[in-house]
Amino acid sequence: MLELKNIKLNFSNGNGTAREVLQDVNIKLEKGKLYAITGPNGGGKTSLAKVIMGIYTPSEGQVILDGEDITSLSITERADRGIAYAFQQPPRFKGLTVENVMKIAQPSLDTVQIRGYLRDVGLCPEDYLDRDIGPGLSGGEIKRIEVAQLLARQAPVSIFDEPEAGVDLWTIQKLIGIIIRRYKGNSRGMAIVITHNEQFLPICDEIILVAEGTVKERGTTEEIWPSIREDVICKMKGQCGGNVYGIQ
Amino acid sequence: MEFSSVEKSLLESVADLHSIPAGAVNIRRDGEAALRRSSSHIDIVAKTDRPGIDVIVKPGTVNESVHVPVILTRSGFKDLVYNTFIIGEDSDVLVVAGCGIHNAGHQDSQHDGIHEIIVKKGARMRYVEKHYGEGNAEGKRSLNPTTVITVEEGAYAEMEMVQLRGVDDTRRVTRASVHDRGNLKIVEKLLTHGEQEAESEIEINLVGLDGTAQVISRSVAQDKSSQVFQAKLIGKARSNGHVECDAIIMGDAQIHSVPELVAENGDAVLTHEAAIGKIAGEQLIKLMSLGLTEQEAVDTILRGFLR
Ligand SMILES: Nc1ncnc2c1ncn2[C@@H]1O[C@H](COP(=O)(O)OP(=O)(O)OP(=O)(O)O)[C@@H](O)[C@H]1O
Ligand SMILES: [Mg+2]
Repeated sequence: MLELKNIKLNFSNGNGTAREVLQDVNIKLEKGKLYAITGPNGGGKTSLAKVIMGIYTPSEGQVILDGEDITSLSITERADRGIAYAFQQPPRFKGLTVENVMKIAQPSLDTVQIRGYLRDVGLCPEDYLDRDIGPGLSGGEIKRIEVAQLLARQAPVSIFDEPEAGVDLWTIQKLIGIIIRRYKGNSRGMAIVITHNEQFLPICDEIILVAEGTVKERGTTEEIWPSIREDVICKMKGQCGGNVYGIQ
Repeated sequence: MEFSSVEKSLLESVADLHSIPAGAVNIRRDGEAALRRSSSHIDIVAKTDRPGIDVIVKPGTVNESVHVPVILTRSGFKDLVYNTFIIGEDSDVLVVAGCGIHNAGHQDSQHDGIHEIIVKKGARMRYVEKHYGEGNAEGKRSLNPTTVITVEEGAYAEMEMVQLRGVDDTRRVTRASVHDRGNLKIVEKLLTHGEQEAESEIEINLVGLDGTAQVISRSVAQDKSSQVFQAKLIGKARSNGHVECDAIIMGDAQIHSVPELVAENGDAVLTHEAAIGKIAGEQLIKLMSLGLTEQEAVDTILRGFLR
């Protein structure tokens, strides 16, 4: 089980004041479940994932994994404990190939297995194995390779940060299929999919709505989706002072 | 000719020599020829007026290589050598140079190599020069190569110059002229650490019509080391030149990068890109999230960068 207790995260505004990006985040997530996290841009979803991975250090609160307080552990130590995160915006490298990175993600992989993971995300292995994860790859290609690494890690806690972003329609369908196959009812681990894509919501066991730096709501798709929809529509109407989106 | 284990390992480091290679070879050890062998298409002859050799590749020689490594194992030895390479018309060869210094003593060891390379009409040459130094004593290891290369009409030359650790002090000068439709590509890879100093000055004259030149420098400066990189492209005719220098700076190192473009002809197209920066934090974080320690992540990034 993964538990976040009273998490607060601040960033400095650069002028001596601090901005609260996360506040009072309390959440328990269980093994064997598939979660979706959704919510407005800037709401704190990526920050939350980075707090779990150890990339951001919260100013208050604790991260607890299977009863162990891991708040002070490094990124590497958390990776060893079984937390894995596919970045929303993966960095590019010079001189590091797709095959190199897949082998770092999962050292036990042989080339045949690496090819399998690339096919899972819709990439033709022959074309990509030796390519640099550098400026020569498109945004969607980088994203798919990032997802392939997360799949290869086979981690007990797998966090996908907008796996669909920049990815073509065909691959999104493929990704949905793979996430269902790999994580739905898989008692060995949990997966958290941060997403803005409606199609990912119904496949998940629970939806967590993160907005304004905190968990606003959580529940099954049936429970949550109508209220999310309401909320979004109200905001759009309110913010724009009229129904500019043509939403009735 | 017998080589000691130290010498064998130096030869491996600078010229990937695990055994005596096929083809033409000249191994210079502490200022003397330890092994010299010409092949039927490549002559190696000693210069008569000064130390050094002439390597003459006959026209039309293809798929052959010539190895001319230099090793220094005597502490305090200062070596100066002049080598000339004539790469005959329409040939296609690999030249493996390189210098390894093992200095186990207290005196400074130094090798200064002055190379003249002429790549004749329509020929293709790949030239690889690795520098390597070892030894824990206080004696310094210095290497100062000067290379003057002429790329004749329609010829192609690619020079890869690599120095990763081990050399305390190096000053490299490379001057080139590229004639009609000639192509020159220079790739430099450098890693300095400790208090090492490295300086590289490249000047390429694009004298012929439609000549091209490309300079790619990748360097890493660690600890208190310092690097100066100067690359000057001079376009004297309709030609194309590009300089790209990319450096990673670490610790208290210093890097001075000075690309310079001089167009003396309205149809010369010259460009440069230069960047110096730390290892991107994002890259480290990404690799650590895959389970690498910070040091392993740094090593992985540097290895890729200098590959
Ligand atoms: N490293 C950082 N430095 C400063 N501010 C940050 C940093 N990371 C995030 N923030 C701020 O925290 C807030 C939440 O950002 P976060 O990336 O978590 O949002 P998100 O919910 O993932 O949004 P999106 O849907 O656009 O991906 C934003 O206002 C953002 O500007
Ligand atoms: Mg985000």
